Amino acid sequence: MPTKIEKDAVTGTETTGHEWDGIKELNTPLPKWWLYVFYATIAWSLVYFVLYPAIPYLSGATEGVLGWSSREQVVKQLAEAEAAQAEYLEAIGGTELAAISDDATLFEFARRGGEAAFNENCAQCHGVGGAGNPGGFPVLADDVWLWGGTLEAIHTTLQHGIRWNDDPETRFSEMPPYGDIFSREEIGQVADYVLSLSGQVPEGADLEAGATLFADNCAACHGEQGGGMNELGAPRLNDAVWLYGGQREEIVSQITRPRHGVMPAWGGRLDEDTVKMLTIYVHSLGGGE
Amino acid sequence: MSDSAVAGHPVASPYDDGPIRLLTAATVFWGVVGFLVGVIIAFQLAFPELNLNEPWTTFGRLRPVHTSGVIFGFGGNALIATSLYVVQRTCRARLFGGEEAGYFLFFGYQLFLVMAAWGYINGVTQGREYAEPEWYVDLWLTVVWVVYLVVFMGTIMKRREPHIYVANWFYLAFIVTIAMLHIVNNLAVPVSWTGAKSYSLFAGVQDALTQWWYGHNAVGFFLTAGFLGIMYYFIPKQAERPVYSYRLSIIHFWSLIFLYIWAGPHHLHYTALPDWAQTLGMTFSVMLWMPSWGGMINGIMTLSGAWDKLRTDPVLRFLVTSVAFYGMSTFEGPLMSVKPVNALSHYTDWTIGHVHSGALGWVAFISFGAVYFLVPKLWGATRLYSVKLVSLHFWISTMGIVLYITAMWISGIMQGLMWRSYDQLGFLQYSFVETVAAMHPFYVIRAFGGVLFLIGALIMVYNLIRTARGEIRDEKIVLRGPAAHRLPAE
Repeated sequence: MPTKIEKDAVTGTETTGHEWDGIKELNTPLPKWWLYVFYATIAWSLVYFVLYPAIPYLSGATEGVLGWSSREQVVKQLAEAEAAQAEYLEAIGGTELAAISDDATLFEFARRGGEAAFNENCAQCHGVGGAGNPGGFPVLADDVWLWGGTLEAIHTTLQHGIRWNDDPETRFSEMPPYGDIFSREEIGQVADYVLSLSGQVPEGADLEAGATLFADNCAACHGEQGGGMNELGAPRLNDAVWLYGGQREEIVSQITRPRHGVMPAWGGRLDEDTVKMLTIYVHSLGGGE
Repeated sequence: MSDSAVAGHPVASPYDDGPIRLLTAATVFWGVVGFLVGVIIAFQLAFPELNLNEPWTTFGRLRPVHTSGVIFGFGGNALIATSLYVVQRTCRARLFGGEEAGYFLFFGYQLFLVMAAWGYINGVTQGREYAEPEWYVDLWLTVVWVVYLVVFMGTIMKRREPHIYVANWFYLAFIVTIAMLHIVNNLAVPVSWTGAKSYSLFAGVQDALTQWWYGHNAVGFFLTAGFLGIMYYFIPKQAERPVYSYRLSIIHFWSLIFLYIWAGPHHLHYTALPDWAQTLGMTFSVMLWMPSWGGMINGIMTLSGAWDKLRTDPVLRFLVTSVAFYGMSTFEGPLMSVKPVNALSHYTDWTIGHVHSGALGWVAFISFGAVYFLVPKLWGATRLYSVKLVSLHFWISTMGIVLYITAMWISGIMQGLMWRSYDQLGFLQYSFVETVAAMHPFYVIRAFGGVLFLIGALIMVYNLIRTARGEIRDEKIVLRGPAAHRLPAE
């Protein structure tokens, strides 16, 4: 189609004189503000190239007159953060666990530090605030403890973990699978007796048979009245707290093929101060002894 | 041409429109699939139980089905359909290679999509975002794409117009650059010729940079340049006005093409990527702001003297609103590439919100506009079955987008602020899981935004099917668009 420049009636602007499938183009000049902002972004970029690392060459790149690097920035920020906490961390390191609570400021620092570490590392299993989770993740906000709730006991558990094979000092206990030892009927009797320890008496249960089996096989670890034993990590059975569920069939299952929880040893993963602060935090959740 | 057409039957057209009809139908089909899977995975994020514990129903498998479904299924088919439609009409030439080449493109491209989706569901993936398909799918797409380039270039070569229309510059830039990006980013060594697995030719930070050079230019050339091609044809056609500025189109085309290709490193701020490369990624993104807005200005200002049509023509409303969203996203993008802003926005939902203001607002809306334009013409209908339903689609989808992006802005900025928040003792204020819990309500809002968008698309499907059958709904409409003069006078 031959070039045919026209004047657009609406805008008064000339067209370029070309047409494609009925589409024409106006020859409007570039908007000034558009052009100047475009130039400004280019100028800003050129200045940035001078100030910051920008132009590569064979063995490196220009470093920029400010001498800034992202690596140095992060090192500096980390150092500042550490310096801001240094005084408290030093005090945590140099104070006995039991004595930390004597200094209200230090105690608050340890609690907050413990909480931050707990929420990143522990809350996945034990829940935010130590609320616990079904399926073997104990509540930490009550006064029922498997391995003891004193500062020292909590610290040991955190430091060495539970059934954590990589740590020779890890907490370890194992209940035998009574499915290999008892008959099905006997397991039922023991389960009924265990329920009766917390005041629940199943209908038609033979508690006497269960009591005998319990005394001969279970009491050594769980205690004669089912009071549990912290030294062995043997759970208390005469309360309403159940690690793997308190329904009869859940108890039967746990006697037949016991499940055992595992917690990593945090000693190798977190630094000493953090483990200490975690101890203070967990101890303060509600049930610390 | 549609004056003489028998409604409900394909028009006798001087151009090869058969493949374009199929590609248009595929656009709508993959759009619905992609939006539906998007809604599903949005609900999975809000309610993880919906992962259903089967490997193929989990978020990880379905997410690439969503992204590839909307980008390559919906967007890709829209690009191929419109580009073949536009190039023939603006060159006054039939397709190079004829209708057969067009049909090969249609079937070849759908085969690529099906192979990709089948792989995702079965866990076959390269793990490269937006380039998940494994080597055998990549090789097939390369064949299809080269045919596409030949058909498009060949049609331009045999044109009967002295000049190449601006829409075709953009389409061509899109086709050529995507070929280059696709090939380089997918350079990989298959483990065996009979297995799906392959390993990238690059390693470490080079691999990451190659991926984001690709990833950002998938946005730049697939979702931007290609769709600007759509804008440059369908807005002047629907508005019946000349393009605002030829000079602006030249300058913003070349500056956009030159600058976009460098912007990828802004996806790797504060990583192992050397500082100088991060600087270049950031500054080129900032310089990209005005070239992007050049397209917006040209699109919106083309309405000079036709603003009143926005009130009466919802198809034009789709097209112009899309350009407004384009302007918003291309302001937000350079902003987010600035390092201190990126330090807050990176890895948060803000990115997801940004992507969707571009994807839903720009890419999808301009495609809806183009499809509403195309279907009556391709199927020989006098006009759309219902203009009111187009309007309903527009408002429902717009509400969906607003819910989606505002939810993600709030959620993302909150997430970023929570991550970096320290108490006065120097400890992190929030744990990761607390940020996840805080985002939950926004995930629910986002999912409902997605539902609205999906409902809008289903309304479109209904409208288009009735249109293709040549039916016209009895409704009062004010027609000032191109269809107006085709209606008999009252």
